[in-house]
Amino acid sequence: MFQIADRTFSSRLLLGSGKFASPLLMQQAVRASGCQLVTLAIKRLELTKPQDDLVTPLRNMHIQLLPNTSGAKNAKEAIFAAELAREALQTNWLKLEIHPDPRYLMPDPIETLAAAEQLVKLGFVVLPYCSADPVLCKRLEQVGCVAVMPLGAAIGSNQGLQTRSMLQIIIEQAQMPVIIDAGLGAPSHAAAAMELGAAAVLVNTAIASSNDPVAMAGAFANAVNAGRMAYLAGLATPQQQATASSPFTDFLATL
Amino acid sequence: MSYHRQWQQQDWQALQLQSRNFSTAQVQAVLSQPKLTLQDFQALLSPAAEPLLSQMASKAQRLTRQRFGHTVQLFAPLYLSNLCANECTYCGFSLSQKVKRRTLSLSEIEQECLAIKALGIDQVLLVTGEHERKVGMDYFCDALPVIRRYFSSIQLEVQPLDTAEYQLLKQLGVDAVMLYQETYNSRAYQHYHLKGKKADMPWRLDAPDRVGQAGIDKIGLGILLGLTDWRADAMMLAQHLQYLQKQYWQSRFSLSVPRIRPCSGGSGVAYPISDKELIQLICAFRLFAPELEISLSTRESALLRQHVVPLAITSVSAGSKTQPGGYSVAPENLEQFSIDDSRTPQQVAAALMQQGLQPVWKDWDGYLGR
Repeated sequence: MFQIADRTFSSRLLLGSGKFASPLLMQQAVRASGCQLVTLAIKRLELTKPQDDLVTPLRNMHIQLLPNTSGAKNAKEAIFAAELAREALQTNWLKLEIHPDPRYLMPDPIETLAAAEQLVKLGFVVLPYCSADPVLCKRLEQVGCVAVMPLGAAIGSNQGLQTRSMLQIIIEQAQMPVIIDAGLGAPSHAAAAMELGAAAVLVNTAIASSNDPVAMAGAFANAVNAGRMAYLAGLATPQQQATASSPFTDFLATL
Repeated sequence: MSYHRQWQQQDWQALQLQSRNFSTAQVQAVLSQPKLTLQDFQALLSPAAEPLLSQMASKAQRLTRQRFGHTVQLFAPLYLSNLCANECTYCGFSLSQKVKRRTLSLSEIEQECLAIKALGIDQVLLVTGEHERKVGMDYFCDALPVIRRYFSSIQLEVQPLDTAEYQLLKQLGVDAVMLYQETYNSRAYQHYHLKGKKADMPWRLDAPDRVGQAGIDKIGLGILLGLTDWRADAMMLAQHLQYLQKQYWQSRFSLSVPRIRPCSGGSGVAYPISDKELIQLICAFRLFAPELEISLSTRESALLRQHVVPLAITSVSAGSKTQPGGYSVAPENLEQFSIDDSRTPQQVAAALMQQGLQPVWKDWDGYLGR
């Protein structure tokens, strides 16, 4: 179980809802993953319609919706999107995404921090997507974000934990959940993120773009569990040489 | 430094020669690379790449799915006016063409918007001929607020404008500007564009710079296939794209590679490009620029669209009418070019779903980019 703001989740896998071949396949993948928190792009939603083919089924499955501000290039647009989503979806949860660079979709640290500060004041539960920058993550924590979502690698790149050493520092220093977002291309990447001590991971491309998204969702769920268990059990430290077992330590103990 | 200056340093003939001077082994080597240079791209355009087309296609498809998922955007064009002060030998809207001219009034525009919305379309491409005086900024400033109310995304394909004008259009709701160069070969350009502002090639070449400077979200590039050697033209387009991506890092880019279609009064095609070559060109662009949006219009047949869309295409038009008033006001008028795929948006969407692709009707909103 882990907690974000006032909600407790048993699954540590968050899913994105984009890129699937159909809304139905997205729902099936969500179900197979056991995920309880799904992010969806506000710009994709037809907010004036009473029924939306993304939102309605997720609601029926009792999924916590995490609307995101993708498409926003600055704080102003992100805040506008957030207000729209809060009113239409009746949730103050928000995944804050500001990427002015449409090629690699790198998050803008300056606009993200400014928007996060304002959104918290406006009463939002803010989970910012950000670069794997330990100082930025502390700053986001200070302005009242409930979690941080640093990237493992560029969105959709499937490259795994390219930012590993920075993520280690972020996790070590964080007083709130660290959710590794973006770049996780294989279940083994997700397991590695959880072994580092991440509270959760968010996956979209690797599942949605897979030939069998439902099976892949299950595989990621297993990997997240395995990684978490390994983290709790305490990972063995890699050694340069084989270590002989303990006649000498037994002897030392007698001294 | 504008693109025009960089373009002047290019040697068309050298590009044309180089693009035929690759071995299949070189193409094979390019296909195993994760990141492509301009020279790699040129190899993919070469005749030597043709035997490897199915490999190119499968790599293109993998990159497209990874970047854009199993989705394809749907849009429709809204022709506002066929008035044109240019003389372009391949176009049915040219000044000397004896076609009935029409510019939609505001109430006619509204009627067309409603008809397009009734088709299920939410993303629209506004098209006009190029008539600065009668269909210029004043007209756009009147029309845009009306159109903006109906659609989540507005793309614009009109005459090149200046930076301040683009800035104003951005505020009024333009999300993307399409500026098809037609050809980067100056001699061919002069040959086809006889009269009017369009004959000013540098003004057109630098227009994407001005859109980028104005901070409009998306810039559409394109060449009209059939005017001259497509390989050299594609190379210059790729160079242009690379230049713009570095210069305007906050802009998105889209590509369109229409082939000349028969139009009323138009001449024959001087440099025809085959279906196979068109697919090669599209796949080469996907491999060169995985983030590039690529659209395919109803100029192409339903059969070809069905096979090419899953490989590399991110947006398709559907239910298109290519004359002002074509959806409801005056459906009998002459069109700019004849379309080949006349399926309704719903039929196109159903066909996409059958191929495991999710049709996306909306992916943008009016508050973004203002």
